[in-house]
Amino acid sequence: MRRRNEEKIFGASAALPLCAFALKKVKPFQTILILSTAFLAVFGETVFSAPRALLGAQLDLLPAIMVYAALHAGLPTISLLAVLGGIWFDTLSANPLGVSILPLAAIGWPIYWRRDLILRDLPFAQLVLGAAASAAAPALTLLMLLSGGQELLLGWGTLWQWIVMAAGGAVATPFIFSLMDACNAALGYKLRTEVSFRPDREIRHSRKKL
Amino acid sequence: MFKQKNYLALGAVVLVAIVLLSLPGRATSRLKLAVGSWFLPLFGLASAGQQLPADLADSVLTRHELLKQVDNLRRENQQLRSQAVQSIAIARENDQLRALLNWQRQTPWKLKLANVVMRDPANWWRTVQIDLGSKDGLRENLPVITSAGLVGRISSVSQTHAQVVLIGDPNCRVSATVENAARDMGVLVAGGTLDTSLVELTYLASSANLKPGQSVITSGLGGIFPPGIPIGQVVDSRSVEYGLYTDARVKLNANLGSLEQVWVLFP
Repeated sequence: MRRRNEEKIFGASAALPLCAFALKKVKPFQTILILSTAFLAVFGETVFSAPRALLGAQLDLLPAIMVYAALHAGLPTISLLAVLGGIWFDTLSANPLGVSILPLAAIGWPIYWRRDLILRDLPFAQLVLGAAASAAAPALTLLMLLSGGQELLLGWGTLWQWIVMAAGGAVATPFIFSLMDACNAALGYKLRTEVSFRPDREIRHSRKKL
Repeated sequence: MFKQKNYLALGAVVLVAIVLLSLPGRATSRLKLAVGSWFLPLFGLASAGQQLPADLADSVLTRHELLKQVDNLRRENQQLRSQAVQSIAIARENDQLRALLNWQRQTPWKLKLANVVMRDPANWWRTVQIDLGSKDGLRENLPVITSAGLVGRISSVSQTHAQVVLIGDPNCRVSATVENAARDMGVLVAGGTLDTSLVELTYLASSANLKPGQSVITSGLGGIFPPGIPIGQVVDSRSVEYGLYTDARVKLNANLGSLEQVWVLFP
């Protein structure tokens, strides 16, 4: 009877077990959303070369997406993003296959383990994390390529490209956060907001009707 | 339990990375081709999207503008026809002279037009992908050119796409000749990281007499690029390694930053 009353007032999803079920359902959707964004970001980097023409360097959005994943998703999603994102990037690039996986993972894991200490909703925090991640990812990838004996196109211009990638990643991170949150809000399950009113604790002033 | 989960995820990612990095070259390229095929529908969409503005622009051209273009094309066609007649006569004469000297006959180049569908997302490589593959007869190391000059060579081929490593990438070295009296020869290597139009011509003789504006063409040595393909022009030169040899900067004829269509050359 009480359950029926709750449903009358809050709708079918009002009960707590249903809400918990909804929360569990958010995660696969979020993983799919993050991976789809990474897939499109890698593709976009190969097709839209305006940053390269204007600034002399192509921006990499994978570190920014990894920052979002590390702050909002679980460890399996972060690991999947590192593996799939790295493989997708290396497939469309002349990189040896698998070289971008560990740099991406090396960005995601530390943020994930310290995410309780990070003010993830502050745009400034997102900006700083995006800059650090976007600077670290190419540096680590270059380190891996050079230690593998690869001959790369490096010079003083690389320093400029690194700065552009870090700055571009920093600017892109808050946008990616907003975009992903908007997608989550539009397509994912909505969280039920808690209200202080509980019908079972309502003081009844009238006499019970028999 | 939580810690064990973390270690499992970490171990799995490291394992995947190590396995992929230690795969043999053929397996890696097959895997790359397989994963690359996931992007094919998006490439189709992107090329259709790129074509759309051009189609729209064509549809709004005025009749006067179209007539003007037709007139210009007709004039250009006449010029090219007269040049073709002249070149046929020269080719015939060349064949006769070669026959007199018992030299091997030159076979004419076969060209195939390809669209550039994507650029390398990494800043430390200079490669592009084209929409021709092994089904079109492409194979590794075929030269790629534009009407302006040499662009690069095919580095890997899938069934429908091929990767072209451009001049200026460390993996594309070209033996080149400067068109001067001494026909100085050197090797074209990577130039600046930011300016795609400049490359370095190195290992030129210390006595090389280089002047800005001199043309640089392929020498034909190395067996990949046929001789005589224009590459660019000398910008400046300097003596290096205490006068041991000379380096020159070469401005490329082809604009590698805005490649849209290229020709694959079948020698």
